[in-house]
Amino acid sequence: MRLLIKGGTVVDPVAGSLAESDVLVENGVITRVGRGIAAPGAKVIEAGGKLVAPGLIDMHVHLREPGHEAKETVETGCRAAVRGGFTAVACMPNTSPVADSRAVIRYILERAREAGLARVYPVGALTRGSGGEELSEMADLKEAGAVALSDDGRPVANPGVMRRAMQYAGMLGLPVISHCEDPDLADGGVMNEGYTATRLGLKGIPGAAEEVMVARDIILAGLTGCRLHIAHVSTAGSVRLIREAKARGIPVTAEVTPHHFTLTDRAVEGYDTSTKVNPPLRGEADVAAIREALADGTIDVIATDHAPHTPEEKDVEYDRAPFGMVGLETAVGLVWTELVAGGVISPARAIAMMTVNPASVLGLEAGLLAPGSAADITVIDPELEERVDPDTFYSKGRNTPFAGRLLKGLPVMTMVGGKIVYRR
Amino acid sequence: MPLYRHGQAFLRGLPEGKGVVVMPGSVRQKAVILDREGIRRALTRIAHEIIERNKGTENLALIGIRSRGVPLARRLAQRILQIEGREVPVGMLDITLYRDDLGTLSPHPQVQRTEVDFRVEGKTIVLVDDVMFTGRTIRAALDAVMDLGRPKLIQLAVLVDRGHRELPIRADYVGKNVPTSRREDVAVLLDETDGDEKVIITEEDKT
Amino acid sequence: MARMKKDLLGLEGAGEREINQILDMAASMKEIMGRQIKKVPTLRGKTVVNMFYEPSTRTRTSFELAAKYLSADAVNISSSTSSAVKGESLKDTAATIAALGADVVVLRHPMAGAPHLLAGTIKPAVINAGDGAHEHPTQALLDLFTVREKKGRISGLQVAIVGDITHSRVARSDIWGFTAMGASVRLCGPATLIPAEIERTGARCCTRMEDALEGADVVIMLRIQLERQRQGLFPGIREYGRLYGLNRERLALAARDALVMHPGPVNRGVEISHDVADGVQSVINEQVTNGVAVRMALLYLLAGGGAVEAAD
Repeated sequence: MRLLIKGGTVVDPVAGSLAESDVLVENGVITRVGRGIAAPGAKVIEAGGKLVAPGLIDMHVHLREPGHEAKETVETGCRAAVRGGFTAVACMPNTSPVADSRAVIRYILERAREAGLARVYPVGALTRGSGGEELSEMADLKEAGAVALSDDGRPVANPGVMRRAMQYAGMLGLPVISHCEDPDLADGGVMNEGYTATRLGLKGIPGAAEEVMVARDIILAGLTGCRLHIAHVSTAGSVRLIREAKARGIPVTAEVTPHHFTLTDRAVEGYDTSTKVNPPLRGEADVAAIREALADGTIDVIATDHAPHTPEEKDVEYDRAPFGMVGLETAVGLVWTELVAGGVISPARAIAMMTVNPASVLGLEAGLLAPGSAADITVIDPELEERVDPDTFYSKGRNTPFAGRLLKGLPVMTMVGGKIVYRR
Repeated sequence: MPLYRHGQAFLRGLPEGKGVVVMPGSVRQKAVILDREGIRRALTRIAHEIIERNKGTENLALIGIRSRGVPLARRLAQRILQIEGREVPVGMLDITLYRDDLGTLSPHPQVQRTEVDFRVEGKTIVLVDDVMFTGRTIRAALDAVMDLGRPKLIQLAVLVDRGHRELPIRADYVGKNVPTSRREDVAVLLDETDGDEKVIITEEDKT
Repeated sequence: MARMKKDLLGLEGAGEREINQILDMAASMKEIMGRQIKKVPTLRGKTVVNMFYEPSTRTRTSFELAAKYLSADAVNISSSTSSAVKGESLKDTAATIAALGADVVVLRHPMAGAPHLLAGTIKPAVINAGDGAHEHPTQALLDLFTVREKKGRISGLQVAIVGDITHSRVARSDIWGFTAMGASVRLCGPATLIPAEIERTGARCCTRMEDALEGADVVIMLRIQLERQRQGLFPGIREYGRLYGLNRERLALAARDALVMHPGPVNRGVEISHDVADGVQSVINEQVTNGVAVRMALLYLLAGGGAVEAAD
């Protein structure tokens, strides 16, 4: 089976370059990249005017299976992923049961294999049951296929436990992904602490709740030598701490979500529960600092924190609604509309933050378009415009605050291992 | 220029031809029924009739229906004072809350205050209004007065009766009977409320 | 063209004209309350449903009386009798009530934004009778009515609001209402009970009560809830009373004819001393009477299918 992607602009996220090239795929592997490739008999995909990128990786999604299949399944999550241009996702362990055992990791990988769409890389739980007390069987998890460890959604409150978890994970060479939130400072808040929360009468979560934990985990990364990845950075203070830690050579990386670089807490006005997310949408100064950090390299990765919920769960009082919004199917459009078209980062850097950078954090051999690598390819049309319509989502989740928003720059084809899994 | 104008929505379904819109181009003046002199004479006559019918002013009180019934009631009280040398108490009644057409009105009209500073128990009350039409305003006013207490007797004085009654109600004192068609409207203009003094018939301009 | 509002969810964004319209109407309603027969047939055949997800005898009774004085049928649903305890969602409960033919739904709810959720779902008019720490617009309107009646004006007055600002929906609605009417608002309370960036509303903030009272024309005392002490937001009732209690000596700092107000129920001896609560400057009981008049005005306006003219 030969496939020729012809006339597109190939993005090299490592070199940071764009060049008009053809890409030849044979038997699921990229065999040639170059101009004017002649491949008689190959199926030709015209990609003129489009960007041909290495397959995008979303290193922070919630596939909800096992246990919360009403919100999402591995299959529907993977369908949403490939529609959103992602050829691989890393899924968080807060399922039911928690992915703290070989069996759950194996189950997720089996379901992903059945779906046969995007590649799925499970993240194992850092502590047993994500209870924040006993360490999980990390070596077992690694053997089963976990690529990282995290107690996402249920941050480890006890610094002593966190220290030992990082020591142990470091020993195994697994990165720890930290959802940084001090539960006592967050104290039941539902949105960003500030003027909007004050006006709406909703309980605020101060930026300090995140920053205290970012500082703690950076200090522990320095102490243990464990690779630390800060999930969904949301405040200017966190950005400063990470920038400073990187300058000192601490092994820390960081991600932001499209909603945190796009929206401020003003979006909560009207009590739309699709804006309820953790960490919360922050203030203008935070968004500005995050955009700056995206540009200067303080932030390494763009990840969605795709968190689907059912309409019944979200159609309630703001205080009662669960945290989280879907993101897989709007991510590329938001990156292109807000960051690339907005002049914040170059197209090559945008691609790097969704390919080689997350691959490097997770230790994956992925994210490059080079002869010999698996043919995971995403084609993006930078001129294609569309309004976000949640009813067209492949995800089971409809909980997005971006409904009706006009996005420009959208994925038009997704290929995993040489197989076209999504095409517009 | 419009003589005066309520909000359009306030008018819809209004039964008594109150709050007539006189808009250039849309409504035209057809005839003047009463001029300044005519109004004055009518009120003087009504004042005499009230005194005569009630054999004096003992226990008498006037209640004007907002808005144009109020200045008319005050003028009648003044005439009675001139004739009899006796003060007659005057109250003001807002009947908005008693209207039978509120459900059809959106938005609801602004409610003015009802100011009746005397007890109505045992009194002879003369309700005063400018124009009598379907009778529904008077029905509402009767209910409103009875909610204030139990008068001995209620009478009704109107400046103009234009016919088209929808309820078995009649006036005891009428300034002028004016047969009208339903398409027409009667507008009472008073110095106190409108800066002019006349009663006119208007008609919607088809052109 | 003026917009017409279906619901009353809050006073944020309300204009002077709109507020005055309601207060004028309330004055007409108050006259009815002074009669021997305190009833007019205005809302005959209309149904007002009071949905109270929080205990509140005062506000619920006030709405109930307001409905009855206007001849509407009033139905009360409190959280103990509602399906909420059976796990039915607010939206489903509201849809049921709307289907049963309610014309106005009055909602008291412990969570901010609950009335917005309701208003977006059902056709009947929704009146916010207090939602979490967000707003309590009818309380603010009755405060405005009381001040206007007593002082003859609102514009130019100095209004001090003292207590737990963070958790107070009354404070928020009062800030919007008094500010819109041209008064200046000063907020005062312990630093732990003043919400983030509240000064962006236009109100001034201080933590010393003396600064708040100095020359104030109106002093609104808020109820302090003992629960806040358990949450560690202030050290104790004794110290709170010492720092933020209104007594005669402190009141002397305010204008000589300053009004003392309280949304009730009053913690006597804590936020307000007995002699001040019962003193000549206290209008706490009149607030209660005026509350019925204001709610009559609102029921009348909103039962008509939307009548409060919004500010442009």
